[in-house]
Amino acid sequence: MTAHTLTERPARSTLLDGLGRYVPIGATLALLLVLYFTGVANYPKFDQPQVVAKLFIDNAPLLVIAVGMTFVILSGGIDLSVGSVMAFSTMASAWLTVEAGIAAPLALVLVLAFGTAWGVLIGAVIHHFNVQPFIATLVGLFLFRGLTLQISETDVSMRDIEFFGWGMTHVEFFGKVRDGGFWLPYLSFGAFAVVIVAFVVLHYTRFGRSVYAVGGSEQSALLMGLPVARTKIGVYAVSGFCAALAGVFAAFATKSANPLANVGTELDAIAAVVIGGTLLTGGAGFVLGTVAGVMVWGVLNTLIAFQGNLSSWWARIAMGVLLLAFILLQRVLARSGEKRRA
Amino acid sequence: MNAYTKRLMWPVIILVALVAVNIAATGIDFIVPSVHDGRLGGAFVNILRRSAPLLLISLGMTLVIATKGIDLSVGAVYAIGAAIACQMIIDAPDQTSAGLVAAAVALALAVTAVIGAWNGVMVARFGIQPIVATLILMIAGRGIAQLVTGGQIPKVQDASPFTGIGRGSLWTIPIPIWIAVLTLVALALLTRRTALGMLLESVGGNPEASRLAGIRAKGITVLVYLVCGLCAGLAGLIGAANLGSADANNGGLWIELDAILAVVIGGTALLGGRFFLLGTTIGVVIIGTLEDTIINVGLSSQWQFTAKAIVVFAVALLQSPEFRAWVLKPFKRRPAAPAPAPAEEVLAK
Repeated sequence: MTAHTLTERPARSTLLDGLGRYVPIGATLALLLVLYFTGVANYPKFDQPQVVAKLFIDNAPLLVIAVGMTFVILSGGIDLSVGSVMAFSTMASAWLTVEAGIAAPLALVLVLAFGTAWGVLIGAVIHHFNVQPFIATLVGLFLFRGLTLQISETDVSMRDIEFFGWGMTHVEFFGKVRDGGFWLPYLSFGAFAVVIVAFVVLHYTRFGRSVYAVGGSEQSALLMGLPVARTKIGVYAVSGFCAALAGVFAAFATKSANPLANVGTELDAIAAVVIGGTLLTGGAGFVLGTVAGVMVWGVLNTLIAFQGNLSSWWARIAMGVLLLAFILLQRVLARSGEKRRA
Repeated sequence: MNAYTKRLMWPVIILVALVAVNIAATGIDFIVPSVHDGRLGGAFVNILRRSAPLLLISLGMTLVIATKGIDLSVGAVYAIGAAIACQMIIDAPDQTSAGLVAAAVALALAVTAVIGAWNGVMVARFGIQPIVATLILMIAGRGIAQLVTGGQIPKVQDASPFTGIGRGSLWTIPIPIWIAVLTLVALALLTRRTALGMLLESVGGNPEASRLAGIRAKGITVLVYLVCGLCAGLAGLIGAANLGSADANNGGLWIELDAILAVVIGGTALLGGRFFLLGTTIGVVIIGTLEDTIINVGLSSQWQFTAKAIVVFAVALLQSPEFRAWVLKPFKRRPAAPAPAPAEEVLAK
């Protein structure tokens, strides 16, 4: 590329790039609407508000994990350990409260602190020792599944701990479900809070902008004087915290801990992030896109549940097909971007 | 000591240490093979037999990683291969027909080869990152396997010759070991006695430069993913034949991670370029022996995951130049000390 083209092109390409940024998320939202109205057209009672509310109840943990994953993927990394960390956090919450007899709030704080500390550790290994994120987080995937199984090989119930009743407390809106209203548990508000905080952090703080910069080009970010080390370690800390929080949410939602829970959750989260329009190479994407991605996953499952005679594996296949479509779309957009600049 | 033996030294030392621990725990019977009913047995032979599917997948994975790629879908492809063969056999009226089994095996291998080629086309033709391209099938693949089996676990009759692929033996050596070793020899000859291996390393080193040098980089990339898919399908067949059934959910679960681990232990860097099929083989045997070691030294089988995590962590750190420099820093401050030199040589494998 010569200096000549550099001075000639920016005005036009900036405009198109600006719009191009929103094509994937626009496609996701369109897809979400199509899926939803397909359901409304085909199944009775699909149009009840509670159907939408239920998306935010069932998928609250996945939403939290996917938000954490968005940070990591935006920075150009990947975190495979979230499913295991989540299962471990649920199990640790159960063990600390039921077996060790620690007060539930304190136990939850410990679990969340541990998840964050693990994220910091693995982030430090990735950054300072230049280990590939894929391999470094693979350690977490094995380690925490193993530790979870070592705490207990069977389900641990937390029903006797009163504190865990709090999470599913109903908050009703516009009356009862049969009167056209809907309800949400406190957990869903927790998930909303995570999304809002993540949105503000990513778009309006120095750390958030650094995440995008590091994901775009680590070298350039370093040359610009951005705190690359702090940012890279930070995103894994965020992801570790979110995974632990999702585990705590699961503890509230089910009041039991299953050592084999959440196998493959990391894949669902990655898929949701990509369908939400975030580039897996890093540097471009939105938290709200991830919310849309999780909703697509939720609506797909709801559709299958309403259909009644389909198995849940269809959701996985559909998710794979959507993933393929979105990856190809991103590829086409990236190629046309390259051509414009060339 | 040349570069090749240096690479192999660490994995061999680890393997010998593991075997020594096992012999100390359970006696010399661990390593000495015995013959039961005209079939080779014993603890170590069983490890090798059980490791055959992992070895097949790891060999395919080694070639893929040599081209700077990765194939996350092998576990799902394993499940698909197993599901197709088992479903076709139980759908037939006579499960003991040899022709039927041959057709089922051929169909399963053909489908898995096509799936592998599809991964390769996504990577080479559409220029999608390998980790992303194969993630699609990692997510959807088990769903496809469920679709094939209709959500059931098809169980093949024990009388069917299909189970022989997993349980039988030829000249006293178990069939899975034959298949795995023959694949290893075939791939080794193909890559080391023809130019293919060099071309692979070239593509892994720099695809664009290879293309400009006249190497058909895209074709080679598609080929290695095809081989990897084929290996995964074959592994699935062995696994299914051994159990006599195909579990779409749990068959080959996390085998992709074990395979990547074996490749990395064997000295092949995830960054592409040089690859070591023999190193991978030793890596596979290490993983298989590790699982038995945990039981033999009296720990519960749940320690498996933790032990694997520790191995991944150790290998990842040992392969990181930054980590080696950091560890050796305290020694380097004393310029007169002769101690650091051998330590550095040992670590710089």
